[in-house]
Amino acid sequence: MKQDIILAGVGGQGILSIAYVIDNAALADGLSFKQAEVHGMAQRGGAVQSHMRLSDGTIWSDLIPKGEADMILSVEPLEAVRYFDYLRPDGIVVTSSTPFKNIPDYPGLDQVLDAVRRAPRSVIVDSETLAKEAGTVKAQNIVLLGAASSFLILKEESLLRTIDALFRGRGPTVLEANLKAFALGKKAALGT
Amino acid sequence: MPRQILLGDEAVALGAVHAGLSAAYSYPGTPASEILEYLVRLAGATKAFPAVWSVNEKTAYEEALGASFAGKRALVSFKHVGLNVAADPFMNSAITGANGGFLVVSADDPGMHSSQNEQDSRYYVQFAQIFGFEPADHQEAYDMTRDAFDLSERLGLPVLMRLVTRLSHSRSAVETREPRPQNELKKGAGKDWILLPVNARRRFTRLLDAQREMVRISDESRFNVLELNERDRAFGVIASGIAYNYFREAVAAGAARPSFLKVSTYPLPEGLIRRLVAHVDTVLVLEDGYPFIEKQIKGLFGIAGKTVQGKLSGNLPASGELTPDIVRRALGLEARPSIEAGGLPLAGRPPQLCAGCPHADTFKALNKALEGSAGSNVFSDIGCYTLGALPPYNAIHSCVCMGASIGMARGASDVGLRPAVSVIGDSTFAHSGITPLLSAAAADSDMTVIILDNATTAMTGGQPTYGSGGRLLRMIEALGVAKEHIRTIEPLPKHHETNVQVIKDEIGHRGLSVIVAVRECVQEQRKRRS
Repeated sequence: MKQDIILAGVGGQGILSIAYVIDNAALADGLSFKQAEVHGMAQRGGAVQSHMRLSDGTIWSDLIPKGEADMILSVEPLEAVRYFDYLRPDGIVVTSSTPFKNIPDYPGLDQVLDAVRRAPRSVIVDSETLAKEAGTVKAQNIVLLGAASSFLILKEESLLRTIDALFRGRGPTVLEANLKAFALGKKAALGT
Repeated sequence: MPRQILLGDEAVALGAVHAGLSAAYSYPGTPASEILEYLVRLAGATKAFPAVWSVNEKTAYEEALGASFAGKRALVSFKHVGLNVAADPFMNSAITGANGGFLVVSADDPGMHSSQNEQDSRYYVQFAQIFGFEPADHQEAYDMTRDAFDLSERLGLPVLMRLVTRLSHSRSAVETREPRPQNELKKGAGKDWILLPVNARRRFTRLLDAQREMVRISDESRFNVLELNERDRAFGVIASGIAYNYFREAVAAGAARPSFLKVSTYPLPEGLIRRLVAHVDTVLVLEDGYPFIEKQIKGLFGIAGKTVQGKLSGNLPASGELTPDIVRRALGLEARPSIEAGGLPLAGRPPQLCAGCPHADTFKALNKALEGSAGSNVFSDIGCYTLGALPPYNAIHSCVCMGASIGMARGASDVGLRPAVSVIGDSTFAHSGITPLLSAAAADSDMTVIILDNATTAMTGGQPTYGSGGRLLRMIEALGVAKEHIRTIEPLPKHHETNVQVIKDEIGHRGLSVIVAVRECVQEQRKRRS
């Protein structure tokens, strides 16, 4: 059993929090994992990605070879398409439909979403609307994690327990919003 | 003990603590910053040892060396180019030797994710003739760190640990072991540590005498693995550090399993290499960074009857970081099929200054002030403000190394290239800008230095700075800059016109001016308020 995931987004969108939750859930589930991430200059509003590898056996490379990712999980639609060359021909893309436009030549959103739909399987969720509904627009990353959760090899309770541990210190409102964001994301993904 | 989730950097840090670390020093730099970040967090909780952000890498090195002199276990960490700054004490510490275990951690950045070159720290190991480790994964990073302190004390020499970005910034679970207590104080002997020629010659001889022993230790290291395939005498692989993972990844994906040697220690395990090379006709060397192993094996004349493949032979790209895909190809596996983006123009998304960043306002004012002048020569430095090179600012014309902006502006001005402007952050100024400013002030060079005082070391995540606020202004004055040409501006859109005028005035001055642009980093402001 193994699962290779490219986590994608723009610096500041909370990719590393998604990674943190998955890492801890993997540890709780007794899986091996390696998760390569980007620090430093790229975190300043640039494209960021994390290679997340889960397995019940040995994981050698920290990086996922091209064509081997089972999933692209992206908080931003253009960033989802950026890593298509990592996706297996039967892979799944789970992405937000909310564009992050901090560059002048951002393509038309319809064009971007059409490209996402060219993946063999794609799940597109309106993370901005769902996060607002959950109580904070900052929880878009957790909406996406919820959307991906049904396709992950991790136990949902392990993910939820880590989300609890991650946000409990920030007060009950923030925690509630993130748990709700997870649930809304999950529901939206299953409805598409 | 339970498994812990750690970055590669953190695995080294925790390994050091469990090895009885008594002091740690560093200057921030990607990808090494998280080593001391982690130690600061641990030390904050336990107060068991000082974990210090030093003013620069040379200082950090000397501070750690002092702790080693005192008989305690010490660690110094920095990015690869930081070792250039610390090269003087580094090279000489191979002569003094170490008293308490001394680990130097140098994190290389193949592919230049966040660096200006991809120099390979293994050359420094060879240059200083000390022992080096290169871990392939997190567990090794932890285990090797613990061994490195023991070995440093056994050899009486500093030991270097080479990391690369992909391990430094990768997370995995690590099995930890019982911590060892710290050493007692035990001062070094003057005859070893006073590097007068009479002592230094003796100490250098001792270093040379230790070389054979180091090769033997390397040959016997449990981290070097030799596997000979009796059915295949044609082809074998030597892989070091993280390249070994890519090799094993390809084998797991269906490549044949040839004879191989995993190299994790330096000087090279000569005996193991001889055995592998004797076993096969062709050896492929896989290493992230420079062709360090390949070059040594090949030498000037190659090996009669054998073929050595690697970066020098063109089998692997000579620059950039290795990837599992590159190694896969070198082992003869086809690329896997994947999905096409279907013609969508994938607009690049380079890093950029944050919304509301004070540097943006300073660059806007600087660009305006330089409009209409004969030419503009803006020498920049290392930090977030290097992003002033990108549109819409296009505001700078050089970025070389820590502190270079001031010396270069002076040199350019000396030979007539004016106006000569230098742009440098407060942390970089404290790191390496003070001495060139002292020199420029003595000559009253016709140049304008703009110090961007955002009160932090921003690019690497907000570490403390030594040259900010009132202390910075007092330092500038004490260096000999005329008081009337030390100006302060607040880079905010509402002060744009005023700031343009100040910069214009000082550029117009035929001598040295220093303008300090004071406004806190927006990221730090946010952290402070949350």
